[in-house]
Amino acid sequence: MVVKVYGPAYASPKRVIVCLIEKQIEFETVPVDLVKGENKNPEYLKLQPFGSLPVIQDGDFTLYGIDSFAESRAIIRYYAEKYKSQGTTDLLGRTIEERGLVEQWLEVEAHNFHPPIYQMTTQILFFAKRGLPADENLIKESEEKLGKVLDVYEERLSKSKYLAGDFFSLADLSHLPFTQYLVGPMEKEYMIRDRKHVSAWWDDISNRPSWKKVLELY
Amino acid sequence: MVVKVYGPAYASPKRVIVCLIEKQIEFETAPVDLIKGEHRNPEYLKLQPFGALPVIQDGDFTLYESRAIIRYYAEKYRSQGTELLGKTTEERGLVEQWLEVEAHNYHPPIYEMTVQLLFASKLGLSVDEKLVKKSEEKLGKVLDVYEERLSKSKYLAGDFFSLADLSHLPFTQYLVGPMEKEYMIRDRKHVSAWWDDISNRPSWKKVLELY
Repeated sequence: MVVKVYGPAYASPKRVIVCLIEKQIEFETVPVDLVKGENKNPEYLKLQPFGSLPVIQDGDFTLYGIDSFAESRAIIRYYAEKYKSQGTTDLLGRTIEERGLVEQWLEVEAHNFHPPIYQMTTQILFFAKRGLPADENLIKESEEKLGKVLDVYEERLSKSKYLAGDFFSLADLSHLPFTQYLVGPMEKEYMIRDRKHVSAWWDDISNRPSWKKVLELY
Repeated sequence: MVVKVYGPAYASPKRVIVCLIEKQIEFETAPVDLIKGEHRNPEYLKLQPFGALPVIQDGDFTLYESRAIIRYYAEKYRSQGTELLGKTTEERGLVEQWLEVEAHNYHPPIYEMTVQLLFASKLGLSVDEKLVKKSEEKLGKVLDVYEERLSKSKYLAGDFFSLADLSHLPFTQYLVGPMEKEYMIRDRKHVSAWWDDISNRPSWKKVLELY
């Protein structure tokens, strides 16, 4: 059974898809339309009771009596570990300490980078672009918060090629989907370009063949 | 050299401390006073540039983000103390899933409630009652999903205690204790049984005794 990924049109599922491509794991996708509220359908909630995207189905979990597996950052950790020796091999680093640093920066992405950029995505791409009233104060506040986080990244990336060290890892990969929204449809590429090392890092990671494939397909 | 954990008075560092106790890893602590703003001191920011708690120092190795730290120690000391990552790669996957659920669904509302109900007045700010009410509703919906899950599974990731359950200890302790919202746990039969089980582990009782 090929891995099935739900919701490829959206950002968090793309976090999973780019990882599967890096690991050379075959997969198929199933569309879920958030605007139509398909994530709140009973059939979807059976798979993901919190109604978030993505969820995946994989025969190895079905063996456990588990129909589905959720949370993009859990999914990428699972596949990076299970398929350690194929595709890009050091997505979790090469030692336990390197993995610790990957985990640290994955958590930084989840707790510092993601909240403000997610607010901006919701306000700018889902509300304003659809002609619904956006909270301009919230956008401004979130942009300031994100800017401060990027300043810390600038410092880190002035000393380290990638976030966890000298190797591309899940920590860098995790930033791809929402940062793509930032430089693209949100029209805030200056936030990246104004920071020399963040800019170089973004060019490096976003030009990986795996990410270019994701943008081509979805 | 013993692991040093910064900020033991607060919740997220306790997530690390209970894990170290479960894994039988020796540690010491260093106080950080959030009210005095010590997490914004240049010396602290050198260790944790986002100014958050905790950070640990283990010899030359510095690591921050509590959920990264517990994953690191659970893996590094796999063969001692309590197994916290499950036994197989799939079991670990389920642990990771429920750790992420805690981080992204459980933590945001309970954190808002903590800041408003336990820290706002200490910082001379007024409590945002609307935010508390909204957060409590969100948390209630998450707990309803937990109730369903725990009606089929003894612990979150399966029939074994793991980092996913452990991660809930510190802020849920605030909820049933100083926030005086124990009813949120007690009104839900399986969540209630799960809370009694995990909060009565010797490791958690030790944390409450020490800090």
